[in-house]
Parts: sequence; structure tokens; C-alpha cells
Amino acid sequence: MKPDARSSNMPQAPKRDLSGALLALALVLLVVASFASLPLQWAAFFSREAASSIAEFLAGFAPPDMSTPFLIKSGWATLETLSMSALGTLLAAWAGLMLALPAAGRCGPLLRSLTRMLQNVLRSIPELVWASILLIAAGLGPFAGTLALAFHTSGVLGRLFADALENAAPLPEQSLRNNGAAPLAAFFYATLPQALPQMLSYTLYRWENNIRAAAILGVVGAGGLGQMLKYHLSLFQMQRAATVIIAMLLLVALVDALSFAMRRALNR
Amino acid sequence: MSQTFTPARHVDPAWRSRVTWAVLALIVLWPMLQVSEFHPSILFDWQSLSATGRFLADFVPPAHSPEFLQMLLRETWQTVAIATAGLTLALLGAIPATLLVTDRLSISMLGTGRMRIAACLLRHGVRQLLVLLRSVPELVWALLLVRIIGLGPTAGVLAISLTYCGMLGKVYAEILESSEAEACDALLTNGSSRLTALLYGALPEAASELVSYTVYRWECAIRGSVVMGFVGAGGLGQRMDESMKMLSGGEVCSMLLVFVLLVAGADAVSKMLRKRLA
Repeated sequence: MKPDARSSNMPQAPKRDLSGALLALALVLLVVASFASLPLQWAAFFSREAASSIAEFLAGFAPPDMSTPFLIKSGWATLETLSMSALGTLLAAWAGLMLALPAAGRCGPLLRSLTRMLQNVLRSIPELVWASILLIAAGLGPFAGTLALAFHTSGVLGRLFADALENAAPLPEQSLRNNGAAPLAAFFYATLPQALPQMLSYTLYRWENNIRAAAILGVVGAGGLGQMLKYHLSLFQMQRAATVIIAMLLLVALVDALSFAMRRALNR
Repeated sequence: MSQTFTPARHVDPAWRSRVTWAVLALIVLWPMLQVSEFHPSILFDWQSLSATGRFLADFVPPAHSPEFLQMLLRETWQTVAIATAGLTLALLGAIPATLLVTDRLSISMLGTGRMRIAACLLRHGVRQLLVLLRSVPELVWALLLVRIIGLGPTAGVLAISLTYCGMLGKVYAEILESSEAEACDALLTNGSSRLTALLYGALPEAASELVSYTVYRWECAIRGSVVMGFVGAGGLGQRMDESMKMLSGGEVCSMLLVFVLLVAGADAVSKMLRKRLA
């Protein structure tokens, strides 16, 4: 047997793919460049005096302020955080639905792409950035925070709602329309019932996220627990700040536990 | 005989229950409106309208002087660098934590199904530490670290690395534990070391999922590092905060544009990487 004939029968060797190696190299370069370009002050953190000042700073937090008036105040701030998140989510669900109708292509392809773009802008700006913009219009306080949550979330929910509406089976609504039902009635009888459960579960999920977000929004002055934390930290009242942080952690843990229990109950 | 056809009016089929729920919701919401000082009228009083109007009118044209654009580019890079450096440090903590936490690599559990008490305590301890790390929001970490280290990107990098260490450690352990147990168990039962069992038994199956989650978190870290700038942790956010306080709409507008582009870019890169891994 001639070696040539055999080698021509062999399958082609797979092409060597360099793109993976290049990607890895790019990744390493990105990491190295990041560390090299940042003016990081590790010395300020990992020196002996830094260690003692950090220890002093941390010791300032103990014990947390547990006096009754302050606990009541923190309780109110927690309630404020909860209501900010609930109202923001509710407003967002309404606005999201209003945006979802054109974004699901019900008013023509032009409006569809325009509203989708608007939703993308709304949701790619984080709540905190919205809050600091809205402070100008709504003033300091929880109202700005509520609006900020509503703006960001209406982008997120609008997109999810639009997808849910687009994914609903179109035939029921079409046959109602063909038989002479009014457009709104056809929508209410055929498409909305299909999409509604999914929309509700999206809304609940976003509410859960918004409670977490509302707890920290106040850092720019938009009410709730965050505003208290910022206030007491800037006055160096560490023990009060510790109480607020504990309240935040409790709130988040409570929400997590509730949502875990609800998910378990629903999946069963 | 002519019959006039009147189309029946179809109202929303569930209107009765919808109205009931809406009224109930309003009753529940009323105290909430009070607590959160919900006064839409603020938006329409003359003072805030004129301030908003001036601010928004300033948006066009976006600020575009060469120095400003140069600064913007520098800060945008700093934002990406903070996210990348933070995530790298988070990995340094998360990978060892995962190795400690994951049940899959427990030798005492082999066959018996029970863990040694010391091992159990260690795993629980590390798990609680991870929970603590991730349940303090990154913004709060940043706020505290800025007090310790001072303004600048160091606080941002550390805040990201602390929070994400907790998240990555938890999710990595979950991913490893949800993969098939046979390979790992067989290796461990036959006397291989834990590290070998991880590298040959658990990793090959879970690797792509692990990497794609890490890439997704990198994308989140970029968004997070902008937000942390607002408490003084460097990058685009800090500049945005300053421009916002000076009410210079043009600068805010170009920063928002850059930010939206940055997020879209990170989204595209992470989608591309994850598609390659799938």
C-alpha cells in the first residue's frame, strides 16, 4: 500500500481554532490593564496603622443603638422602604402594560421598534441614577425614590410584558375579531387571560428586587433606610448606622425567605 | 322584513373582580401613599417645573468639548477596570470558598451519607460567611469602605470583590452540586485526592456553566461600579454625581449616553462569550 493513498483517505485534520486562545489572551490583558491603570491604594488598607484605624472604625459600630425611639424611627423607615417599593412596582406594572401594547407590535412596526428602544433606555439606567436625576424634579425624599423605581422597572416589565403578549397564541383573538368582536373586547377575552399569570409572576419578582433596591436608593437622598444610613454615617453616628444596616439585612432576609417559601408553595 | 343588527357590547369579562381588587388595593395602598409622601403635585409646581425644564433644555447639545470627552473616556475605562479588578479579586476569594463549601468533595460523606462534625461545622461557617458577604448590598460596602480608605476606586474594587465573592461562591457551589455525582464519587472512592476529583470529575461537566455565570456577573459588576461611583467610589458614577449636583444637563446627557452604550457593549460581549461556551 502506498503511503500517499492512505494519507489521502484520512479525514482532514480539524482546523486549529486560535480564537479561543486569543480570547483568553484578551481577558488576561484586560485584567492586567485594569490593575495597572487603577490608582489602587493597598498601602492605605494593608498597613499596620490602617489595620488599627479599621479596627477602631469597626469597633465604633458596636453596640448598635437599640433605644426604643430609634428603633421606632428605623421601623418607620423600613415601612417607607416597603411602600416605596410597592408603589414603584405598581406604577411600573401599569406603565409597563401601557408600553407593552405598542411594543408587542399592536400599533405597527414603527411604534414597536420605537417603544422597544424607549424600554431599553429606561431599563439600562439603574434605579439609583434615575433617583439622582429625579431629585431635581421631585425633591429630596421617598417620592423621588418611588418614581425612580417606577421608571427603571417600567422598562424591565414593559419588555417582559411585551414578550409575554407576543408569545400568547394569536388564534383565539383572531377568531373573535373575525366574528365581529371589538378589538378591546377581543384582547380582554382572548389574549390577556393567556398572558396574565406570567405577567403577575414577573411583577412579583420585580417587587422582590425593588424592595432590595429601595433599601439602598436613599443613599442619594431618595428616602427609606438608605437615606437614614447615609445621614448617620455622615454624622459619624456609627451605632445608629449599625442599627440601620441590621434593619436592611433583616428586611432582605425576610423578603428572601418569603419568596423562597412562596416559590416552594407554588411549585408544589 | 328587515332586521337591524346591533353588535353586542362586550365588556371586559372579569370587570367585576378587577374593580373589587382595585378598590381593595386602593384601601391597602392609602397608608402606603402617606408613608412614602406620594405627592405628584410636587412635579407640577412652578419651581420644580422650571428647574427640570432648565436641566432638560441643557441636555441638547450633549457636552462634547475635547477635554470633556477625554475625561469621559478615562472615567469609562476606570469603570470597566474597577469591575474587572473587583471581579478578579472576588474570584480569588470565591474559588477557595467553593472548594471548602461544596458537599460534592466531602470524603466523610462517601458511603455513609453523613459528614464528620468538624467538616460540617467548617462548611456551615464558610457558608454563613458567604451569606453575610452577599447580603450586604455592594453600595453599602462601598459607603463603608469609602469612610475607611477615602474617595477613589480602591473602595469600589473592594466593595465589588466582597459582594461578588459571596455570590460567586454560593452559585459555584450550587452549580458543582447540581452536576452528575458519579464521576466525582468514583474518583474519591478509589482514593484520588479532592483536587483531582474536582479537576477530572466535577469541572469538565460544569465548566461552561461556571464561566458563563462569571461573565454574566462581570456585566453586572460594570453596572454596579457606575452606581457605586455615586457614593464616591470612582469611575463614571462619581463624575455623573458631580455633574448632577452642578445641574449641568449637557454633561449628564453625554454621560448617560456613554453609560447606555457601555451597558449595551458589555451585554453584547457577554452574550458573545456565553454563546461560544454553550
